[in-house]
Amino acid sequence: MHDVAFEKVTKKFGKVVAVNNISFQVNKGELFTLLGPSGCGKTTTLRLIAGLEIPQSGNIYIKGKNVEKLLPKDRNIGMVFQNYALFPHMNVFDNIAYPLKIRKQPQKEIIHKVTEIAKNLQTEELLSRKPNQISGGQQQRVALGRAMVQEPNVFLFDEPLSNLDAKLRTEARSFLKHIQKEMKTTAIYVTHDQKEAMAISDRIAILDKGVIMQIGTPKEVYKNPENVFVAGFIGDPPMNLLDCSIKYNQNKTVLDFLQFKLDISPIRDLVREKVNNEEVIVFGIRPEDITVEYKDISPNSIKGEVFVVERLGPETIIHVKIGNLILIVRDFSEPNINMGDTIWLKIDLNSVHTYKKEDGKIII
Amino acid sequence: MMFKQRTNLWNNFWIYLILFTLVLFFLLPMIWLVIAPFSSKASLAVKITLPSLNNFRELFKNKIAMLAFKNSFIISFSSTVIVAITSMLAAYALSRTDFKWRSTLLYALLLFSTVVTGIAAMVPLFVLNLRLGLIDSYLSVIFVFIGGFLPVSIFIIKDFFDAIPKDYEEAAMVAGSTPSQGFFRIILPLSQQGMVVIALYIFMNTWGSFLMPFILLRSVNKYPVSVAIYTFFTQEGLPLLGLLSAYSLLYSLPVIVLYIIINRKFGFGFHGGLKG
Amino acid sequence: MFEGGIILSKKRAFLFILPALAFVTVFLIFPAIWAIYIGLTNEALTGIFGLNHQFVWFDNFIKAFKDPWFRSSLQISFKFVFGSLVGQAGLGLLLALLLNNKKGIIKELVSNIVIIAWIIPGVVVAYLWVAFLDKDFGLLNSILEILGFARVNWFHTLPVGVIIIFNTWRGTAFSMLLFMAALQSIPPSYLETADVIGASGWCKLRDIILPLIKPQILTDLILLTLWTFNVFTPFILTKGGPAHMTEILPIYTYRVAFMGTCRIGQGAAISTIILLINLTLALIYLKMLKRK
Repeated sequence: MHDVAFEKVTKKFGKVVAVNNISFQVNKGELFTLLGPSGCGKTTTLRLIAGLEIPQSGNIYIKGKNVEKLLPKDRNIGMVFQNYALFPHMNVFDNIAYPLKIRKQPQKEIIHKVTEIAKNLQTEELLSRKPNQISGGQQQRVALGRAMVQEPNVFLFDEPLSNLDAKLRTEARSFLKHIQKEMKTTAIYVTHDQKEAMAISDRIAILDKGVIMQIGTPKEVYKNPENVFVAGFIGDPPMNLLDCSIKYNQNKTVLDFLQFKLDISPIRDLVREKVNNEEVIVFGIRPEDITVEYKDISPNSIKGEVFVVERLGPETIIHVKIGNLILIVRDFSEPNINMGDTIWLKIDLNSVHTYKKEDGKIII
Repeated sequence: MMFKQRTNLWNNFWIYLILFTLVLFFLLPMIWLVIAPFSSKASLAVKITLPSLNNFRELFKNKIAMLAFKNSFIISFSSTVIVAITSMLAAYALSRTDFKWRSTLLYALLLFSTVVTGIAAMVPLFVLNLRLGLIDSYLSVIFVFIGGFLPVSIFIIKDFFDAIPKDYEEAAMVAGSTPSQGFFRIILPLSQQGMVVIALYIFMNTWGSFLMPFILLRSVNKYPVSVAIYTFFTQEGLPLLGLLSAYSLLYSLPVIVLYIIINRKFGFGFHGGLKG
Repeated sequence: MFEGGIILSKKRAFLFILPALAFVTVFLIFPAIWAIYIGLTNEALTGIFGLNHQFVWFDNFIKAFKDPWFRSSLQISFKFVFGSLVGQAGLGLLLALLLNNKKGIIKELVSNIVIIAWIIPGVVVAYLWVAFLDKDFGLLNSILEILGFARVNWFHTLPVGVIIIFNTWRGTAFSMLLFMAALQSIPPSYLETADVIGASGWCKLRDIILPLIKPQILTDLILLTLWTFNVFTPFILTKGGPAHMTEILPIYTYRVAFMGTCRIGQGAAISTIILLINLTLALIYLKMLKRK
């Protein structure tokens, strides 16, 4: 039995379809991320699970129980809002204690549970303060405490890190992951930051315009993106995606990019059945799967001019201009190259991704 | 340098002279109010005599006068409380739901309350209360006040509610509250300031009102102080001046005190078109 | 059309609005519309028509316009409103200008006194002025006597003037506060530039200040017109006398509807006319707001 299951759920706001007939299952104890650009439907999906929105059609299950008719309070979920939503007129203690107080738990128990959680979250000294007297990072932990204290079935996180400064974010990120794993509670996490998603998730669901584009572990969505959208969304710097037309010749199969040509004969059999001659497809290669050479030594290498060099410590990002196309390369050898240099790029054919032009679906 | 100083002094002289005249204009009529109540032989004149509290003693003995105070209080207090509750509920509903004609409705209500003044409606309101059998009942005056003050109150309270993000109610619901619990435990405490503004506004406006009670109430023992003063003055006139002046002073005190309190706490004035 | 949310279901929201809507409909909206209806009848509180009134259609309205008392009360109202406007707006502006950059005691004292004049209940203010203006004992006449002038029976000599000054005294505070806020919103740099150029006080006033606060002046004038036109308190001061000379429209309406033969139908017709005048003024105000 899955902890959370979505079955063909659709949610419309007036004429706008925010969530379009999506289905997925979340396993027990998993940190499942809903990832995508703004407006893709991830927050709506989260709110549907919480019960803050009612779907037009479909079924939602939490721990096997069909919850659509249930009010949020009966679903036993702990939610951390993007702006924390800490009650400003109550101090930290009362904020965290609120779920217990509402459920009429005995005062002694409340004190015990709240102080324990506060200890866990390192917010003990803050208990008597009001939300406007503590920092953003502390507020976030208090919001987390309020969600934790009810020992919920599921955690829901709505972009909990987006209001923190970059430095705090990495710290808070690992803290959240740690707590989740410790409590062994299933968590659903919403973010638009793909790096964040990759860092903490057990599995990721990528959404675009209300539709799920792919579900998989971080490794899976990175190594095998199933469509152009996912390919271009995951990864920083993003995958190089270029249009080209395939040409089957007698002894060679070549991808024609107009500015240059790439011989893909070694992997010809993989595409033969799926693509016709002269058909236009989308070619993808990740920056780290391209190697830089200073001389024209390898066959099938592409000649280009260095356009921009970004030195980021051990990693160097090189933007290479070929005609009016640009390929981005990631190099870890700290090369001694400068703008304007001529270099050759070698593409690892085993890491090539190709997609149909019309629907973006994967070919190989 | 000297020239500039002279111009400044000259200007200042005129400014202070005009100010002085204006202050005099506003102050002089008020003097009677602070002198007459304390004089033993009160008249319309401003005569400094030995101060005495006799007038007040007589006043407290007068049952009808004291009853009128109670009536004023009942009317103002009831109006305030009922408007506060009903406007709060309506404003909450209007703030948390959206429908096509919401702002038209609000502005139409506001327009109505501005146009349908006591004067414009005095005849139909009288006949209405007559038909309802409410003439000479507190309720007639209270209901009329409620109808008149609701639009403004709803407008103001809704503004306060709009400023509270829906996130709070949602967080409360996820944490286990029903929507009403969310309303009482979270929203209400956060909108106290708005409620105080409304309550003070209505109380101060209804305390001194004359026309509606004058038209809708018949028995002397239902009259609020405003109508009582008028009745005493026109019927008894001069002999009761000492009493009447003491009565008037006492009557004015509550609102003056409220003003002083508001001024200290909030500062009186127009910030975005709202008193305080 | 009506989106109920999770916080308030449609049913609940409707129930919440209901009480307020009920009160407003019965005691605010309905009377306004009913006034028109009653105005079309010859209902009265006494006499034959009290029991059995009939439709007289526009008779009442025509009677009203023909009634010399109606026309005279319109005229008096006009004078009263005009005078109050000049008084309140003028004094309000003057006070705001004079107090603008002063701080501390003087500003506090002056503005508090003016505001208290506004806060004191209307009935009390009326009798303060009865006492102040009394021919034999009033403070004003006593002072005049000391200065060597004769005592004057103000109510007889200057009836409309009396209610104008009374109303001005009462209401200046509003205009003063409005203009004080308006003056505060003028960026000081404008006036400083004028100082540098060497403009005199008059010039600054005419060319910079007044144009900048024009919207507030207009707002003030329209609101004051609406309010003054509808004010009833002068009744307590003069009851419309002497000899109907201070019978502004509100007092005339009261007399027709509630005194003598209590011609309710007639009164309602007049009320309707007042409603229409109010409506016109309010719409002008709204139009001005939209322009802003």
